[in-house]
Amino acid sequence: MSTDAAPPALAYERVSRRYEGLSAVDRVSLTIARGSFVALVGSSGSGKSTLLRLANRLDAPDEGRVMVDGQDVAVADPIRLRRAIGYVFQNIGLFPHMSVEENIGIIPRLEGGGPVDIGAALARVGLSSDLANRLPAQLSGGQQQRVGIARALAGGGRLLLMDEPFGALDPVTRDTLGRTVRELHAALGLTTILVTHDMAEALLLADRIFVMARGQIVADATPHQMLSGQAGPEADALVAIPRAQALKLAELGQ
Amino acid sequence: MSEALGQLPPLIANHVLLAAAAMALALLIGLPLGLASARRPRLAAAALGFAGLVQTIPGLALLALFYPLLLALSALLGGGVPALGFLPALLALTLYALLPILRNVVAGLRGIDPSVLQAADAVGMTPAQRLRLVEAPLAAPVAMAGVRTAAVWTIGAATLATTVGYPSLGNPIFAGLQIERWDLVLAGCLAAACLAVITDALLGLIERGIGRRDSRRTLTGLGLLLLGLVLACLPLLQGAQRSVTVGAKNFSEQYILSRLIGLRLERAGYRVTYREGLGSAVAFRALASGDIDVYVDYSGTLWTGAMGRKDTPSRDAMLDGIARWMAAGPRTALIGPLGFENAYALAVRPSSGLTSIADLATQAPRLTFGADLEFLDRAEWRAIRDAYDLRFKATRAYSPTFMYRALQSEQADVISAFSSDGRIAADHLLVLSDPKNAMPHYDAILLAAPGRAHDARFLAALRPLTNRITVEDMRAANYSVDRDTAKATPEQAAAWLDTRARH
Repeated sequence: MSTDAAPPALAYERVSRRYEGLSAVDRVSLTIARGSFVALVGSSGSGKSTLLRLANRLDAPDEGRVMVDGQDVAVADPIRLRRAIGYVFQNIGLFPHMSVEENIGIIPRLEGGGPVDIGAALARVGLSSDLANRLPAQLSGGQQQRVGIARALAGGGRLLLMDEPFGALDPVTRDTLGRTVRELHAALGLTTILVTHDMAEALLLADRIFVMARGQIVADATPHQMLSGQAGPEADALVAIPRAQALKLAELGQ
Repeated sequence: MSEALGQLPPLIANHVLLAAAAMALALLIGLPLGLASARRPRLAAAALGFAGLVQTIPGLALLALFYPLLLALSALLGGGVPALGFLPALLALTLYALLPILRNVVAGLRGIDPSVLQAADAVGMTPAQRLRLVEAPLAAPVAMAGVRTAAVWTIGAATLATTVGYPSLGNPIFAGLQIERWDLVLAGCLAAACLAVITDALLGLIERGIGRRDSRRTLTGLGLLLLGLVLACLPLLQGAQRSVTVGAKNFSEQYILSRLIGLRLERAGYRVTYREGLGSAVAFRALASGDIDVYVDYSGTLWTGAMGRKDTPSRDAMLDGIARWMAAGPRTALIGPLGFENAYALAVRPSSGLTSIADLATQAPRLTFGADLEFLDRAEWRAIRDAYDLRFKATRAYSPTFMYRALQSEQADVISAFSSDGRIAADHLLVLSDPKNAMPHYDAILLAAPGRAHDARFLAALRPLTNRITVEDMRAANYSVDRDTAKATPEQAAAWLDTRARH
C-alpha cells in the first residue's frame, strides 16, 4: 500500500476554538493515520473533548480546518458526516423510550435502510441477543455503554470517536470493555480516537498518545516512548503516576 | 328533573363543540409556541407571563371583555365580525387553555436529559427527526398532563359562554339560579362534570399509552374521544335550518317574555332559538348588530341608556321619541309596547312607615340600600339620588332574587324593586311614590333587529302582543316562576300569558 495514496483518517490543521475569549483548542495540528488507535490524554479542561467534537461537527472551529478522509468537514453535510462517524460518550445517551434493538438500529433507520442484524450487533459488543427488547433502564451501566458502542458502529462508519467512554464505570467493567473496544478496533479495521484523563488506560489501549494541556498538544508519542521518558516533561508527569502505582503494587506483592 | 334533563342534548352538543374547538385552537397555538419557548428562554418568559396574566382574569370578565373588543374589530373591518355567541367564547376559552398546555410543553421539553439530545445530534438526526423521534415522545407524558388540565378547565369554563349568548350547559345553570330551579342548576352542573370526568379519563388513557409506548392504548383513547365528540355533536345536525333568535336579559320576566315571543313565532312557522342571560347594555347592541332578532326592553332603559337622554317626558312622548330614534339611528324597529310597565321603584317593608322617596331622603343615612347588580351603575339611580339627595348608610348589590330575601331578612331596608315583580304583592311590600317624577317610564316594548324591521310576516306574528299584557298578569306570571313552592317553568308561565293575551 502506497503511503501517499490514502489520506489520513482525521487531520487537524492549525485548528482553534474559543469560548468567550478563552481558547479551548489553540492552533492544534495533528494527523491520525487510517487504522490507528489514538488516545488523547489530558486533565479536565485541557480541550480534548472539544477537539473530538470538532471532528463530527458537534462543534465548529473558529480557525483552521478539520479533515476527515481528506475532506474539509466544514463543506460536508453535517447530518451525513455524523451518521458516518461513530461517537460514544461518557453519559452514553441511550434513547430511554426505545428498546436496545431500536437504539442500535437508529442510524440505519435514519438512513432509510433495512433492519440491522441485531444478534450480530449485540454479539460484537459481547451482549446476549436476549437483551434486544429491553429498555435501557433495565440494563447495567456496562451493558448500556456496550449498547452505546454497538449503536455508534451500526452506521458502518470506520472512524470511532470515544469521549471518556469508560468514565462512569467500575474498574472491572472498564477493563473488560476496554479490551472489547480494542478487539473491535482490530476486527473492523477502525480508526479509533479515545479521549481519557487516565494515562494507564491510554498506555494499555492506544498505539499513539497525544497529551493535551491548555488547548495545545504538548506531547505526541507511542506508549513505549512515553514510558521511556522521551516525550517531554508534561508526559513524564502524567506517566509518573501509574508507574509509581505499579511499583507500589509490585512491592506490596513481594 | 326529567324535564331539566330533556333540554340537555342540544346544549351538551354546543358545549362539547365549543370546548373541543377551543382546545384544538389552544393546541394549535400552544404546541408550536411551547416548542419555540423551550429553546428561547426570553420567549418562554414572555409567553408564560402572558398566559399567566390571562389566567388571573376571572373567566366571566374575560368573556365579557371580548364583546367590546370584537365590536371594535367589527367596526374596523366594516362589520361582519360577530361580537356575541361562538366567537368571543372560543377566543376566551382558548386563551384560558393556553397556560397549562404551554407550561407543560415547555417543562416536558426542558426535562429531557441533555445527554439524550447530544446523542440524537451525534447519530445524525436532523432537527425534524430529533423532534419527532426523541423530543416529542419524551416530552409527551408531561405535555399530556397539561392538556388534561386544560381540557377539564375548558369544559368547566365553557358554562360561562351562556353569558355572551352562546348556548352551553351554563344555560340551565344560570336560568336555574335566576328562577331558583335547583334541578336545572344541578342538571347543568352534573352534565358539565360528567363531560369533564369522561374527557379526563380518555386523555389519561392516551397519556398512559404514550408514556408506556403502548400504541393500542393511545389509539383506543383517541378513537373513543373522537367517537364521543361526534356523538355529542349529532343533535346539531338536526338544527342546521335558519332560525330566529329571541334574546332575553337575565331575570324571570325576560325568560317568560322570550318564551312567549318564541311561542308566537313558532306558531307562525319559525324555528326559534334563545339567547338568554344577556346584560342590559349588551342586549340592545346585540339587537342592533343582528345577533338577536327580537327581545323586550323597557322604554326608560333605552331613553337614559342607549339614547343618553336626561329628561323624563310623558309615556307617549317617550315611545314616540324612541320609535323615531330607532328608525333613524340603529335602524331597529319598535314593534310596540306590551301594555305594562316594569319601572324601577324603591320598595320598603310596610313597617318602615315611609310612603314616598321624599320621606326616605331624611331617613336614608340610617338605612341600608339593597340594589340589583346593575342599578347602582344606571343613570336612573343617579337621577333619583340627585333629585332627592339620597345618602344611605350602606349600599349592597344582590342578584334580584336575593335582593328580596335581603329586604325580608332586614339585611337591607330599601331595595330597587321592579313594579311588575310578583313578589311586591306576594311579600306585601310598599312601593315608594316619586313626587318629583325623577324616574322615567319603563314601558315594556317589543324591539326587532334591523333585518326584521321590515319583515311583514315576522312583524305580523308579534304585533298581536302589543298592549295585551296587563301589569297584573305579568306580576302573576312572574310570581308563578319566582315563588318558592310549586314553581312554574318560564315556558308554562309563557303559555298562561299567551292565553291571557288573547282575551
